[in-house]
Amino acid sequence: MKVTKEDLQNVAVLSRLAIAEDQEEKYLGQLDKILTYMDNLSALDTTDVKPTTYALPMQNVFREDVVKESLGREAALANAPLKEDGYFKVPKVLED
Amino acid sequence: MKYEAVIGLEIHCELKTKTKIFCGCATTFGADQNTHVCPVCLGMPGVLPTINKRVVEFGIKAGLATNCEINKYSKFDRKNYYYPDLPKNWQTSQYDLPIAEHGWVDIDVEGKKKRIRLTRIHMEEDAGKLVHSGTTIKDSASSNVDYNRTGVPLLEIVSEPDMSSAEEARAYMEKIKSIMEYIDVSNCRMEEGNLRADINVSLRPVGSKELGTRTEMKNINSFKNLEDAINYEIERQEEVLEDGGHIVQETRTFDPARGITLSMRSKENAHDYRYMPEPDLPPIVTSEETIEKYRSELPELPDARRARLEQEYGLSEYDAGIITSSRAMAEYFDAVIADGADPKLAANWIMGDLSKELNAEGIDISKSPVDAKRLGEMIQLIMKDTISGKIAKKVFKEMLTNPDSPEKIVKDKGLVQITDTKAIEGIVDEVIANNQKAVDDYKGGNKKAIGALVGQVMKASKGKANPQMVNKLLAEKLNG
Amino acid sequence: MRLYEKPAHVLHDMLVNKEVTAVALTEDVLKRIDEVEGDVKAYLTITRDEALAQAKAVDEKIAKGETISFLEGIPGAIKDNICTKGIKTTCASKILENFVPPYDATAMTKIKAQNPVILGKVNMDEFAMGGSTENSAYHPTCNPWNTDCVPGGSSGGSAASVAAGTSIWALGSDTGGSIRQPASFCGVVGLKPTYGRVSRYGLVAYASSLDQIGPVTRDVTDCANILNIICGHDEMDSTSSEAEVPDFTKALVEDVKGLKIGLPKEYFVDGMDPEVEKTVRAAIEKYKELGAEIVDISLPHTKYAISAYYLIAPAEAATNLQRYDGVSYGERVESDDLVGMMTKTRTEKFGEEVKRRIVIGNYALSAGYYDAYYLKAMKVRTLVQQDYTEAFKKVDVIMAPTAPTPAFKIGEMISDPLQMYLQDACTVPLNLAGLPGMSIPCGYSASGMPIGLQIIGKALDEETIIRAAYTYEQSQNYHNEMAKLGGNN
Repeated sequence: MKVTKEDLQNVAVLSRLAIAEDQEEKYLGQLDKILTYMDNLSALDTTDVKPTTYALPMQNVFREDVVKESLGREAALANAPLKEDGYFKVPKVLED
Repeated sequence: MKYEAVIGLEIHCELKTKTKIFCGCATTFGADQNTHVCPVCLGMPGVLPTINKRVVEFGIKAGLATNCEINKYSKFDRKNYYYPDLPKNWQTSQYDLPIAEHGWVDIDVEGKKKRIRLTRIHMEEDAGKLVHSGTTIKDSASSNVDYNRTGVPLLEIVSEPDMSSAEEARAYMEKIKSIMEYIDVSNCRMEEGNLRADINVSLRPVGSKELGTRTEMKNINSFKNLEDAINYEIERQEEVLEDGGHIVQETRTFDPARGITLSMRSKENAHDYRYMPEPDLPPIVTSEETIEKYRSELPELPDARRARLEQEYGLSEYDAGIITSSRAMAEYFDAVIADGADPKLAANWIMGDLSKELNAEGIDISKSPVDAKRLGEMIQLIMKDTISGKIAKKVFKEMLTNPDSPEKIVKDKGLVQITDTKAIEGIVDEVIANNQKAVDDYKGGNKKAIGALVGQVMKASKGKANPQMVNKLLAEKLNG
Repeated sequence: MRLYEKPAHVLHDMLVNKEVTAVALTEDVLKRIDEVEGDVKAYLTITRDEALAQAKAVDEKIAKGETISFLEGIPGAIKDNICTKGIKTTCASKILENFVPPYDATAMTKIKAQNPVILGKVNMDEFAMGGSTENSAYHPTCNPWNTDCVPGGSSGGSAASVAAGTSIWALGSDTGGSIRQPASFCGVVGLKPTYGRVSRYGLVAYASSLDQIGPVTRDVTDCANILNIICGHDEMDSTSSEAEVPDFTKALVEDVKGLKIGLPKEYFVDGMDPEVEKTVRAAIEKYKELGAEIVDISLPHTKYAISAYYLIAPAEAATNLQRYDGVSYGERVESDDLVGMMTKTRTEKFGEEVKRRIVIGNYALSAGYYDAYYLKAMKVRTLVQQDYTEAFKKVDVIMAPTAPTPAFKIGEMISDPLQMYLQDACTVPLNLAGLPGMSIPCGYSASGMPIGLQIIGKALDEETIIRAAYTYEQSQNYHNEMAKLGGNN
């Protein structure tokens, strides 16, 4: 297995996803298969190859510092799951 | 064992642009919650950022003003972590190619100069604000989020761990503040959070080259808190080490009310920010011409200005340092002396009565009720002996609430100095006649007794007699 | 022949000539929806009343003798990952079940400026992750040519509605083949424009450096016309191209004489359905007959494209989808503390494939694996791009199958994610390189399922693609054939 249970649970935390114990095997199996396939990349020597982040070359795209109209609080909060006094409301930030 | 502190600062400096770094929302401080927001800064599905050109300009200028190299190829990256004040759950920041790197600034602590190296300056977005339901984050069952500040542009200025005391850290932060004010990229209002520091502190045995384990204190927003937090942390770490303990690498919060730092004790995983290049923002490629253009737009910086004040006007290093510590004060000084006021007198008045008054009232020097022109005129009245230094203090007090010219105030209030020898002589004779004991003391060898007589003359003249003349006449008469 | 069977350009002429009213046209398409939507299930939201009101307004305009634009009064559908102000935009995910955007995507603004009739929002794989539309959190969409089969994906709703006649035109999005592959499966025309041609502002991001909005249409003429509408630089999208936008309809000419068509050997490989290969090769033969020159070429890094794509796209997706945390919009599953709330919300409201890609993406980005996976993939991306650059020194366009098979059965591949990923072998390399590509119907399998021919162009050269596609299309009759289903008989 390329990925250990510990790796998987670490990535789950980074992903803010819960992976139940009885799901671990299934996940690990799928990940293993996929990552094993992706190992074909290691056959390629890319030492002197520059990475490509952007599909096409572009640079220096800027916006002038001019104020645009904001959304308005009502519209901003319209999709909020929970709001209070014009704020978005969230539960306890720190765990006990 | 003796320890030395190793201190590094990450200063977050909010830029004074009109709009946010990646959208057109206004950056005005103090607006009603969630009114300066749009789909972009709210991180709504489908939105894309656009780079505010001014932010790049300010980043380059800040780099140039702190002796950095400007990266000709710079880009934004996503710094991933979850927090409700960060709508996308990543902060758009810069990772491996910040706008500026490898700079330095000089600081001065008790006459000792020290060079503090800058690792880098990068551009990033500020986060929103949480309002907790309880008194602290720990005892709050819920929190409310305001995204007005989300996306306000920041420069993060990262120093090398080159400082070894709270005083040095303060001097460094003051220098950064001063430079950012000079180049006009930030309002640097600490009370509004324009300038905040994350402090790293570690200890090592004196002479050791190895760095100890460090702790971090985040979001320190005043010079006093900066010094208090560092001093407390140095003491705390010293005690732990003296007791044979180990320093835990952690983030601690500083409680200004108690003057202590506290462990956050959060269960957060070791951070893995999973930096990746921001695919929505093309890279920033800066030409030599652009860099030179921005360099040419830089004003005279604090160090240069201080040197000039010393050389041109003969101010002491200390006075020149204070006058040039803020651009506003330096400009005020220049305006005071513009019409001929004596520079040393000007410096004394600015650092003395004016600063005392402004500090007491919490007024910025740019909004001083006594503007530079009037202070200059008042100083000229002293220079012409129209008023004495002592009377000038009265005139200055009056000027704080009276918008008239100092000349008019002096006339209206009858404060013109008495320099007429005859008039002063009359008062002196009278005082000598009425204060036989002091006269006898003086003549008996107690030369200090003249002070009481001078005081009496000044009192009788309502302070208007020229003090030098009073001294001279009294001495003549008593000795004669 | 019913009105819904006609392409937009024909209907446009009929509206101009007052042979039909926009209301009658809209009612016919809505009737078609009533007839077959139960079988096809292309839509997530149908805006019936608004559609009729829009049609009525267009008729009033025509009655006043005013001129109308190309899409004016023509009913179309929008993929549900393109933000529509005031209309729910779910990305076929439970996490955005009730999300109503306060703004329009730029492509939508441009479309709306035409006064079209918007029928609603169409189904897709959740957050555009998938190639079958089975990953919709709401329901799978069925292929109008055989409702046991998938319509392809992720723009399955767009392709199925255009094929079934429940829309005349549609907008889709393509990150790794999500317009071209469903177009191929449903026998319609789908174009992924050059990266940056169409603003991505308002397109809910899956993989930002790969995503692109494009049209799904009945024929190449409609495709060129809609491309004219949606292309152009947008100050809200810093990656949108500032290149001048030509009039793409000028490329609607029947002429491929001397056109150099590259045939990459790596696209005809083991595992390809023999019927697909045969049909595509026959289409290439047709081009030869029409005067084109066929050149054998090699794109040697093609076999690495899937790996690179399935690292880059999930990595970008993992960060792009971090925003769905139950804080300021979207669904929330309550919990006492914040981490619990975020974790529960994401665990319960994201579908399996989305979660899988988030996990793969975060794995590839995490400390210790970044260089081996993400960085490596970005380097391979460079090599894939260079392959095309070399090839296009010799040829004008490249042709290949769009997908290695015709539409497969619903449920056939869903349990094997890797097998599903390998289906994208012919489409993802273009996205990595940012190039434009079109799928046009070029025949049928023995069981009557459509097969697509993929035409790949140089960056910003959609015109040559359109010319090649149009020439072939006019030599055949595929664009006039509708999927046989429901009330069509």
